[in-house]
Amino acid sequence: MSAKAQRTVDEALAREFGLTAEEYGNVLSIMGRTPSFTELGIFSVMWSEHCSYKSSRAYLKTLPTTAPWVIHGPGENAGVVDIGHGLAAIFKMESHNHPSFIEPYQGAATGVGGILRDVFTMGARPVANLNALRFGDPNNPQTRRIVDGVVRGVGGYGNCVGVPTVGGEINFHPAYDGNPLVNAMTVGVARQDRIFLSAAAGIGNPVIYVGSRTGRDGIHGATMSSSEFDEDALAKRPTVQVGDPFVEKLLIEACLELMATDAIVAIQDMGAAGLTSSAVEMAGKGGVGIDLDLDNVPQRERGMTAYEMMLSESQERMLIVLRPDRTEQARAIFDKWELDFAVIGHLTDTGNIVIRHKGEVEAEIPLAPLADQAPVYRRPTAPAQKPQPMEPIIDPVGVEQALIRLIGCPDLASRAWVYNQYDSTVGGQTVRRPGAADAAIVKVEDTEIGLALTTDCTPRYCRANAKLGGAQAVAEAWRNITATGARPLAVTDNLNFGSPEKPEVMGQFVDAIAGMGEACRALDFPVVSGNVSLYNETRAPDGTSQSILPTPAIGGLGVLENVRQAVGLEMPEGCDVMLLGETKGQLGQSIWLREILGAQDGEPPELDLAAERRNGDFVRGLILDGTVIACHDVADGGVLVAVTEMVMAGQAGCVLDAPQSGMRPEAFWFGEDQSRYVVAVRDGQALATLAAQAGVPCRRLGRSGGEGLTLPSGSTISKARLLAVHSEFFPRLMDR
Amino acid sequence: MAIALRGVTGQAPAMVWHRDTALPAGLDLVVLPGGFSYGDYLRCGAMAAHAPIMAAIREFAAKGGHILGVCNGFQILTEAQLLPGALLRNAALRFLSQDCFLRVERNDTPFTRHWAKGDVYRTPMAHGDGNYIAEAETIRMLEDTGRVAFRYVAENGRLDAGDPQLNPNGSMNAIAGVFSENLRICGMMPHPEDLVDPLMGGEDGKPLFTGLVEALVG
Repeated sequence: MSAKAQRTVDEALAREFGLTAEEYGNVLSIMGRTPSFTELGIFSVMWSEHCSYKSSRAYLKTLPTTAPWVIHGPGENAGVVDIGHGLAAIFKMESHNHPSFIEPYQGAATGVGGILRDVFTMGARPVANLNALRFGDPNNPQTRRIVDGVVRGVGGYGNCVGVPTVGGEINFHPAYDGNPLVNAMTVGVARQDRIFLSAAAGIGNPVIYVGSRTGRDGIHGATMSSSEFDEDALAKRPTVQVGDPFVEKLLIEACLELMATDAIVAIQDMGAAGLTSSAVEMAGKGGVGIDLDLDNVPQRERGMTAYEMMLSESQERMLIVLRPDRTEQARAIFDKWELDFAVIGHLTDTGNIVIRHKGEVEAEIPLAPLADQAPVYRRPTAPAQKPQPMEPIIDPVGVEQALIRLIGCPDLASRAWVYNQYDSTVGGQTVRRPGAADAAIVKVEDTEIGLALTTDCTPRYCRANAKLGGAQAVAEAWRNITATGARPLAVTDNLNFGSPEKPEVMGQFVDAIAGMGEACRALDFPVVSGNVSLYNETRAPDGTSQSILPTPAIGGLGVLENVRQAVGLEMPEGCDVMLLGETKGQLGQSIWLREILGAQDGEPPELDLAAERRNGDFVRGLILDGTVIACHDVADGGVLVAVTEMVMAGQAGCVLDAPQSGMRPEAFWFGEDQSRYVVAVRDGQALATLAAQAGVPCRRLGRSGGEGLTLPSGSTISKARLLAVHSEFFPRLMDR
Repeated sequence: MAIALRGVTGQAPAMVWHRDTALPAGLDLVVLPGGFSYGDYLRCGAMAAHAPIMAAIREFAAKGGHILGVCNGFQILTEAQLLPGALLRNAALRFLSQDCFLRVERNDTPFTRHWAKGDVYRTPMAHGDGNYIAEAETIRMLEDTGRVAFRYVAENGRLDAGDPQLNPNGSMNAIAGVFSENLRICGMMPHPEDLVDPLMGGEDGKPLFTGLVEALVG
């Protein structure tokens, strides 16, 4: 072992590295001796929450992950589903929350870079990026800094790499003040017979390092992401990595070029915990050993120790196991793209990972127990606090005023200021850009296939009722895909929660997964990949810590066999505008309640998964046969906001009928009852007949036409006024 | 860009590697497409202007070859001094990805012959550095000699270089594209190649390419 004087390894150091006393005890028994400094570093990152999923693994296993169209579910770098014609969509969503608070630009940028690598490492060309962002109170001065940096970072990386950013969602809530959420999703397309996995095989096969050189950035990033922030959070800036999107672009092209040959046995990107996790996981999955000589690792800085190299999270790096006689062929490809290429080791039959540096063995750890004896916790849970029951409602402002306030509020205002900083059309395959439809539609080049892509979650529902909120997030993703005409196939999940060591947070987590699982099963919408981000907490100066709202973000993917059948929000003149699905006028946890009465009370709207499926299947059928010309799901803000968004998206206005009798107008117009769609059809009477046959509640809302939105009162709000109110929030917040 | 060229010509364009030193023989048109050449960590296009292939492109230009540069391609052409002026950060200092409207300033060139003078067409733009600038004397020369190809305007053709709604990146005289002296090189910031298919929202950018095919291939 190294004679270099690093810190003495003991329980105190283990604790600093984030291991508990018990976990350190397990390290000692696995090793049969005191580990070296480097070995302790490897254990600590592999057993961190971020890499080991120790608090979440037992529950994640309950989620449905299979369907006839699922090719690879969780366990690989990303999920893989069959989209027909011998092609597969490969996709995943991943968080970069903690780095994005510390250094918003690089945190968000490297979040995009990391998720791109997870997808192209499997052989897919990335075709679309999406994201799900949560920020603090707009009135908090920190929020501006974070929004600005995150949006620039997402765009700075995605635009340069040349992958269109086509969709996403944004919420604001004070619970994210000290802990924003940056969840990035990438979707790629590959041939089904050219999908690359990470399990290493072939004793003696060379282990290759490609991409950027290793520096001291991001050391212990995975551990940082596995603990709460304290008042010194900003001092952790050196743990944030710095991205180089151009190298990523080169890496994509070089890897795809190499993947067109049969040189690769296994490949994985170096993500969280860098070289450690990629080497350990590849060898571990393949049941082989791996010897690495760090002298051969391309380095950006001088004098790096084995510990630093193993724990660095420098970006844009990949680890590849090659067939033995293909090294020169592969090297030529990486030379062409001017990327570093180094043979840094080989596979062995020892079952150990052995790290050599400057002629000394710095680490030698048996891989099986490192994986098998990783901690698994079933942490205590406690029921979350129930929301206050709703007070009897008195509408103080009336429908017109409420609508104006809602479409201008932070959660519903136009996101154009944001997505106009993301290149959404590069590559020339974007059929529906951000804002044009409920899901973004991207054509698969040289085919007629369309992919429908969305990210969804309603954190305020999750806080009020985590199980219902988890189910609702899945249902909303399914609904958004359905509303374009696409068939929903599968989801990736990004589970953002507070500290699992708080029983009520753990309770939210367990409940949310239960709800997600129910919805995924009912809708045949399995989970094929995902990521868990815990310890999203901010410690206040008084020592108390505040958890974020439970935020199980769902990334959904659907497919259209003929992309030309997709519909969006824009409706032509002279259509009947119809509402499908049942309206009970549920205002609990609604945006109306929050924005107009300042209350966050009541139960969220009910979710009947059988009705969800029935209504959705009905709508999708009518889109594909051309009956439905425009479609928008009813979500935040209710029916009136949905119709208004359709008016703002196109040329035609809308003249509304009177609301449902026997219901208060605000409840009808702003209630957030689930499983509903607003559709534009040529013949509303015919639709009503079909709906009755299918058992789908249906009523006419009005007729498209005119210059703006004409309310039942007879008052017309011009489209120009709607757009002005709708587009005011972001520029006012950010450009002042 | 390759998709758009293939769409109008029926054949895939030949791709040229940045380290090549010669262009294929018998070319009708060289296109410098958009992107982030070498990451554009220096001024946009500054590195690419010195790429090995650029000597051959200068030679092609000197012999009267036709060149179209779009977005990063325009930036490279200005950095290589094949076109006058420069592209600064957008006036609002943010990347802008949105539709804009361009007015065709003359239609007696291979690039604009399928439009009428004064036509307005919609096209996506997506750049962080598209704010066209040149010395006053150069601007005057471009204006006096009819070398402004396209300007940012309102949908109805109204020009107001001071209105960020109409001239989103703040370009001088709302200039979106310029010609070389011999009218055979055209550089522009927006992306007409991303609007050549009704499925993607329209064919407003197509006349640029059909016009080039007619002019150069007959």
